[in-house]
Amino acid sequence: MQKSNQRSVGKAQKGTLPRLFKTIFHFYPVMMPLTVVLIIISAAVSSIPAIFMQNIIAIIEQFWQSGDWTAAEHAVFSKVAVLIIFYIISLISGFTFNQMMAIMTQGTLQKLRQQMFNGMQNLPIKYFDTHNHGDVMSYYTNDIDSLRQMISQSFPQLLTSAITVVTLFSIMLYYSLWLTLVVIVGIIGMFFITKKIGGGSARHFIRQQAAIGKEEGFVQEMMNGQKVIKVFCHEEASKADFDRINEALFNEARSANRYSNILGPIINNVGNVLYVFVAFVGGVLLTVKAPNVSISGLALSISVAVPFLNMTRQFAGNIGQVSHQINFIVMGLAGADRIFRLLDEQPETDEGYVTLVNAKEENGQLVETDARTGLWAWKHPHGDGTTTYTRLRGDVRLNQVDFSYDGKKTVLHDVSIYAEPGQKVAFVGATGAGKTTITNLINRFYDIADGKIRYDGININKIKKADLRRSLGVILQDVNLFTGTVMENIRYGRLDAADADCIKAAKLAGAHDFITRLPDGYQTQLSGNGANLSQGQRQLLSIARAAVADPPVMIMDEATSSIDTRTEAIVQRGMDALMKGRTVFVIAHRLSTVKNSDVIMVLENGRIIERGSHEKLIAEKGKYYQLYTGAFELE
Amino acid sequence: MLKVLMKSIREYKKPSLQAPIFVSLEVVLECIIPFITADLVNQIKAGCGLSVIIRDGLLLLLMAALSLTFGVIAGTTCATASCGFAKNLRKDMFYSIQNFSFENIDKFSTSSLVTRLTTDVTNVQMAYMTIIRLAIRCPLMLIFAFAMAFIMGGKMATIFLILVPLLGISLFLIIRKVMPMFKRVFKKYDRLNNSIEENVSAMRVVKSFVREDYEKEKFGDAASDVQRDFTRAERILALNGPLMQFCLYAVMVFVLTFGSYTIITSRGADLDVGQFSALLNYSFMILSSLMMVSMVFVMITMAEESAKRITEVLTEQSSLANPEHPVYKIADGSVDFDNVSFKYSAKAEKPALSDVNLHIRSGETIGIIGGTGSSKSTLIQLISRLYDATEGTVRVGGRDVREYDLETLRNQVAVVLQKNVLFSGTIKENLRWGNPDATDEELIAACRLACADEFIEKFPEKYDTYIEQGGTNVSGGQKQRLCIARAILKKPKILILDDSTSAVDTKTDALIRKGMREYIPETTKIIIAQRVASVESADRIIVMDNGKINAVGTHAELLENNEIYREVYQSQNKAGDGDAEK
Repeated sequence: MQKSNQRSVGKAQKGTLPRLFKTIFHFYPVMMPLTVVLIIISAAVSSIPAIFMQNIIAIIEQFWQSGDWTAAEHAVFSKVAVLIIFYIISLISGFTFNQMMAIMTQGTLQKLRQQMFNGMQNLPIKYFDTHNHGDVMSYYTNDIDSLRQMISQSFPQLLTSAITVVTLFSIMLYYSLWLTLVVIVGIIGMFFITKKIGGGSARHFIRQQAAIGKEEGFVQEMMNGQKVIKVFCHEEASKADFDRINEALFNEARSANRYSNILGPIINNVGNVLYVFVAFVGGVLLTVKAPNVSISGLALSISVAVPFLNMTRQFAGNIGQVSHQINFIVMGLAGADRIFRLLDEQPETDEGYVTLVNAKEENGQLVETDARTGLWAWKHPHGDGTTTYTRLRGDVRLNQVDFSYDGKKTVLHDVSIYAEPGQKVAFVGATGAGKTTITNLINRFYDIADGKIRYDGININKIKKADLRRSLGVILQDVNLFTGTVMENIRYGRLDAADADCIKAAKLAGAHDFITRLPDGYQTQLSGNGANLSQGQRQLLSIARAAVADPPVMIMDEATSSIDTRTEAIVQRGMDALMKGRTVFVIAHRLSTVKNSDVIMVLENGRIIERGSHEKLIAEKGKYYQLYTGAFELE
Repeated sequence: MLKVLMKSIREYKKPSLQAPIFVSLEVVLECIIPFITADLVNQIKAGCGLSVIIRDGLLLLLMAALSLTFGVIAGTTCATASCGFAKNLRKDMFYSIQNFSFENIDKFSTSSLVTRLTTDVTNVQMAYMTIIRLAIRCPLMLIFAFAMAFIMGGKMATIFLILVPLLGISLFLIIRKVMPMFKRVFKKYDRLNNSIEENVSAMRVVKSFVREDYEKEKFGDAASDVQRDFTRAERILALNGPLMQFCLYAVMVFVLTFGSYTIITSRGADLDVGQFSALLNYSFMILSSLMMVSMVFVMITMAEESAKRITEVLTEQSSLANPEHPVYKIADGSVDFDNVSFKYSAKAEKPALSDVNLHIRSGETIGIIGGTGSSKSTLIQLISRLYDATEGTVRVGGRDVREYDLETLRNQVAVVLQKNVLFSGTIKENLRWGNPDATDEELIAACRLACADEFIEKFPEKYDTYIEQGGTNVSGGQKQRLCIARAILKKPKILILDDSTSAVDTKTDALIRKGMREYIPETTKIIIAQRVASVESADRIIVMDNGKINAVGTHAELLENNEIYREVYQSQNKAGDGDAEK
């Protein structure tokens, strides 16, 4: 199966931004609009001082000739008092929105994380078979992290800047049209510079990401093969390769960083130039006493010019702030885009309605019960309102099954299997012959067209997936244990199992002995997929885990393949004990493992080419015989 | 730690020094500009002529141009310096890793090395850029703006004497409170991500046991815990903004009241309206540089962990060194173990090998058999000095392996590792790892010997077939045969196969052994195998058990006298000698 290795690097699709806002709003229907309002208030209020400055300078102009402070005092103080009120409003709203932003940012990330994780649990196995685990992980790390910056910093900053610019603009118009025009010309210039440099910066940023990805891939491969490099004295050659890739990354990184570094000084100094022009035009207008055009109707005076100059600076500063956020926004949106795509993945569908229930026998009839009786039944509601109960026995039948993963290449042709309760059915064949595919169909990791697989006579498509899988135990070649105690790992098979049940299962699997020798026995903490245990021990735990679940049907997919023959002998005892009385499907390379099966199926290119007991197949002198005598390679 | 890291600056010392210089110049100009604008405003107010405006205006434009130039140069050199530093760090780490011995390699996991080379370097790069840019800029700006404010505002500037310590102490307290919180929560966050990874790779198990809801709940608990801690820390950090606002507002109110008082009472002598906005400008500069200082501090602390991890790699000393007067010639392919014991680490309780005495003649074929954990691989790794024996001596060609030049030794003692890898590239490129100068004929000959020729010829592009990363487009058995061919190309005196034909069918396995017997008879061959059939025909077979040599002998002798050997033989023979193993 092809895995999609490349994560999409690049710009986000359209519609990502509105969707992100909608998502945040959905999470925080009160807090989000409230925060927006508070940011608007805070930004608007912080632009207002310009007016007060104009007022106070006007007062100063009025009184400074006389030098009479007592006369001016009242006027100044009353203005300042109002200003302080504004400031208090600004501080309160600033404090509140900052706190709310912190809560909302973390909350949104958490909720997204939970949605992603929940959604992921419901995705079909196909998704995990076709996507790199590293890529899946990077949704939770890189993409979530890029969102954090954007939500907590860039969004409030953008809103603040936008509001400030609008407010300043109206105040400017209020004072003087001519000077405002000068500012507008300057702003248009700044806008283009920001767009050009900011765009360049974003472009280089994306290229830098690609270069980082390339280097990471290379390093990953080399670190993985480090011992081979040593054995072949290939160090110098790999250093040379590395230098080439490293140099390329350096060049991209330098361009990207240079762009974002020089954006600040450029915006800043364009602001300075603008300042000079405003001062110049203001000076000219003042000197020639040109008539002013403004909303306020104020004449152009020094009390207008000074705050105007301040506003010009503030204006430029805000545009500079916006330009700083461009990279974060580009990255954040790309991250949001990928996260949404994960959330949009189609979950596993399940139209099953037949459920597995505890049952007891009354007058020869199966009756549903809440108590755990050890007797299970399929509860099958019918269209006419009646419900029938079928005893769970473990009878699995495949009738002429064809299957294709991608709709193009058929991997199973006309496969028919009849496994009666308690029988052991083995699959033998090369990698890619379709052995695992058959088990994937039985537990409905992949679905086929109706009615061709029956479990206790019921079409498995009618059985609820959860109940179907609960009735099937699985032991795989790659053992996955979870961080937690040994006991917790065994209990994973049945969450309500008592300690005694888990220990019993461990004894059955032959794991009890080594567990008691662990430092803390059953309470020994495992981490890193049971890194402190040997391969054989881990496999024994996975057998115990399956044993505690006590399913009527077991699937063992290469369960002993990565264990050496001596250890296998020990594990085999546990497996034999577990298999007793169950329907078992075994996939194995080692013919010793499958030899005592009731039926052995030899698969080749998705077809069953031989079937029968070991003795029968040996006598036939076909493919199985050749495998058995070592004339063929199972690859 | 700093000393180690600084060594990697090298050719980027110049831009690293230039950057702060240009940043300083930029700061000086930035601080002077408001001074001139203040003058300009005062001039305009005083009703000066256009000529003065033009003069001051031109002066300002000149300064803006200079400031821009300095800023651009500073930004560029800064980018060069920090990215260059990062490049050198990566390079030094990679080179250091290339010199790692097996023992060093065992110490670090692949993923941790990858993180160190990528994320950690990026963190340090960011911190470095912040340091050379802001660490100079902020204090300088603080002092300059402060001085200018005093020159300009006189008594007015005393407000800063109150506000700066106030803001400084508050920021300090916030950071001191928040940093440990962040460190803790980042650890939790790592654990959370690890558990996600665990879940993703165990998805088949999760689904088979129908544990989706259980996993969701487990994740939910852990994730809300992380969220709670993050929110707590972030909320404290969010006090920064309003705090800064408060200080700015305080300055504004102060300037407007006390300022107008001063102007009016002194009739513009002590202070004038032009200074009004300049003072506000300076206050913004002073306070924001304080803010930045706190940010620099945060960044450096954040990068500290990364720097530590990088230093670990840089200072890791290879546990194997070339001797001072290395021997470049290996006499023959004989191997001797004299009283050899080996521990993987000094702390290990049990030695991996103890009291091994073994003498292998040049040209002999030796089989090694034993269960997992019996130290078969450990034994052979001492021969090419992948590890050094803890006690006793290992000799090749009659000399202690520690006397040879490492490269000479490893080229003459070719090991086909158990966990072997092919690299992305064509088959030819992969094979030439064994011998970069091998001709095509030599490649084909080696592949014939390793029985790889037959399947390579079936590929449409034959020897130019591209091998994907990790060798995913060839089967296990094909991979093993390519790895054998790659080792044969070295034309070694000793060839060691560590379970290298486990995925190859018995027939081909036998053919490979036959080929080696016929075409490279002088080469000493040491074969580790799970299958008795693979070692049956060896001159001698060594049975390993628990780090000790349990028995040495021929197949017939061992079958007769050795219980372990017999047990293994029987368990395999019950199933026919043809385990169709992977």
